[in-house]
Amino acid sequence: MSADETVVSLSGVDVHFETDSGINPFADPETVRAVDDIDLEIAENDVVAIVGESGSGKTTLGKTAVGLQKPTGGTVSYRGQDISEARNWFSKPEIPFSEIRRSLQIIHQDPESSLNPHKSVRSSLEQPLKKWQTDLGPEDREARILAMLERVGMSPPHDYAQRYPHQLSGGETQRVALVRALLMNPDLILADEAVSALDVSLRVEMMDLMLDLQDSFDTSFLFISHDLSNARYVAEHAGGRLGVMYLGELVEIGPVEEVLQNPQHPYTKVLKWATPSLEIGDSTEPPIREIDIPDPVNPPSACRFHTRCPNATTYCQETAPEPLSTDGSDRRTACHRVDEESEYWQRSPLEGARLDR
Amino acid sequence: MSKQDGIATAAEDSDVDPILRIRDLTVRFEMDRGTSRVLNGVDLDIRRNEIIGIVGESGSGKSMLASALLDAVVAPGITDGEITYHPPTDEPIDVLDLSEEARRQFRWEEISMVFQGALSSFNPTMDIRGHFEETLEAHGYPIGPGIDRAAELLNDLYLDPDRVLESYPHELSGGMKQRALIALALVLEPEVLVMDEPTAALDLLMQRSIVSLLADIRDKHDLTMVFITHDLPLVTKLADRIGVLYAFEFVEVGETEAILRDPAHPYTRALLNATPNLDAPLEEMRPIDGSAPDPVNVPSGCAYHSRCPLATDDCEREQPRMESVTGSHDVACHHWTEVDEIPLTNEVDR
Repeated sequence: MSADETVVSLSGVDVHFETDSGINPFADPETVRAVDDIDLEIAENDVVAIVGESGSGKTTLGKTAVGLQKPTGGTVSYRGQDISEARNWFSKPEIPFSEIRRSLQIIHQDPESSLNPHKSVRSSLEQPLKKWQTDLGPEDREARILAMLERVGMSPPHDYAQRYPHQLSGGETQRVALVRALLMNPDLILADEAVSALDVSLRVEMMDLMLDLQDSFDTSFLFISHDLSNARYVAEHAGGRLGVMYLGELVEIGPVEEVLQNPQHPYTKVLKWATPSLEIGDSTEPPIREIDIPDPVNPPSACRFHTRCPNATTYCQETAPEPLSTDGSDRRTACHRVDEESEYWQRSPLEGARLDR
Repeated sequence: MSKQDGIATAAEDSDVDPILRIRDLTVRFEMDRGTSRVLNGVDLDIRRNEIIGIVGESGSGKSMLASALLDAVVAPGITDGEITYHPPTDEPIDVLDLSEEARRQFRWEEISMVFQGALSSFNPTMDIRGHFEETLEAHGYPIGPGIDRAAELLNDLYLDPDRVLESYPHELSGGMKQRALIALALVLEPEVLVMDEPTAALDLLMQRSIVSLLADIRDKHDLTMVFITHDLPLVTKLADRIGVLYAFEFVEVGETEAILRDPAHPYTRALLNATPNLDAPLEEMRPIDGSAPDPVNVPSGCAYHSRCPLATDDCEREQPRMESVTGSHDVACHHWTEVDEIPLTNEVDR
């Protein structure tokens, strides 16, 4: 992976939103820290899956990585070009913003609303080609569109090209969205909960298609999901990494097999518990102290997971853990428990928590 | 009422104590291009105090079954067949033959329901307490003890009753709203709770948390639960029995353990093998070929024959009847004895 060139690099990225203080103009605006100090590199042909609960900031992180959301701190760069800088045309960027925009594509969670209901599949797919591949004539455009539809299993392609979005099933609409993204020859596709709205039986099929296309088009994928088993499926097939987000922070990231087989962060273990497997028998109590995720407006101090963590001690309330690599690999975990020498082990557990190794 | 009967294991149909007996239940819509049967002659006994999981793909008829249980199929849908409700003490009630007033009481007080689009079930201009009071009032229940019961239910669902009751819906997260809705559905002490995809819009951690709380709620309140979902692994730890719907009919019904370990229908096997799982080897996860049938044009014979690897000419001609595999495990397949030809790829943990 290190041999490949980095496509997108995030360094110390913050995305903070100021919430409106409502009708009282004197109240202090509150800040939502959707993404807080995140470093992440995505190489060519790389697949990174990010998991987390609703409200963990994973969508904001994804949008920031593809240049749809401006970071309020830190930098996001595309092949060495700072994306925020490229937005200013007078800064004379080495890579123009339009090129960056084309190279970083997105597929949304809700495929129905990502296609114009008044446009046929053909005209939705012609649009990007007309704009970016001006050398293609109408016949060539048509041929490419039909070939791509055939490629994603929408056969006969002539029939599908004439259809309107309401004449497609959820899975088919998502395929059209995928084709539209791929027609731009992107370097990176952000797939934000791209399979979550599909039926379980269709998810594997859609993920297989994405993996197949990732391989043959040399595209990188940033795959965002709340479902660990989907994230694992995509990342493990592609030999990629898995990142776990909690309240704006990346609490654990590493090669997907390692993270899943030996999760180091207690939150990763909680997500593993929450992943349905075909188990019989009595359901166990959730291994968290609070079911609801805290309000991201005022996230808990120090380690943000301490209010729910089954293993938190008083040290976790006071000191925020730094992302640590334990064995020199590219695995990082932000938890005091990773550090054998930490003062964490001397402190007493919080109410309801247990200090066990 | 005997709890033993409700959770009896390998009992014959005549021995179990059903709270709901469904016979030949059909829901149809007359459409320009033909009759659309979105539920086709379904038979099922729901046992007292059990949690039964009803699993099926989109468009298998599972939401229609939920609506039909409360005789709440929207016009122009036509419901035929028999649904008999057996209250703990009184005489059995024919659900599809209730007067309007009796049906109004029957819903909420006997059978209560949490719908799929639950997050929009609340009135945005009314606080949560208002919703509880309105429900209690409409059914002539005293408000004071009712609100106390609501607070207890909210507390059982890991919610802070004081805070939630005073909140407006927009002030609660999706997971909180969903739990408040479950509490609302239980405030009139119904015997049966029907849930249609009650957790579908939530993230996995919240889904699993809610499912684990439901088991406690059932035990505490002696409830019967019908949990309808497209997500088989979500219910395996919760449900006592599982019914698999395919093309508007049950293809297999049995104890959860039997369904997972010895599924007798090829479709159930395909469904299990298509389930993403953290432990299963990746190469062995298979999507299900083909797509679910159109309710106007259900294939002749066995509706699954066009997707089934075991299908023969018989399957095209003749519709299989429900047969007994073992005591309470039933399957509708001509070739269930050969089903081991489709290997199971997912390990089942205990």
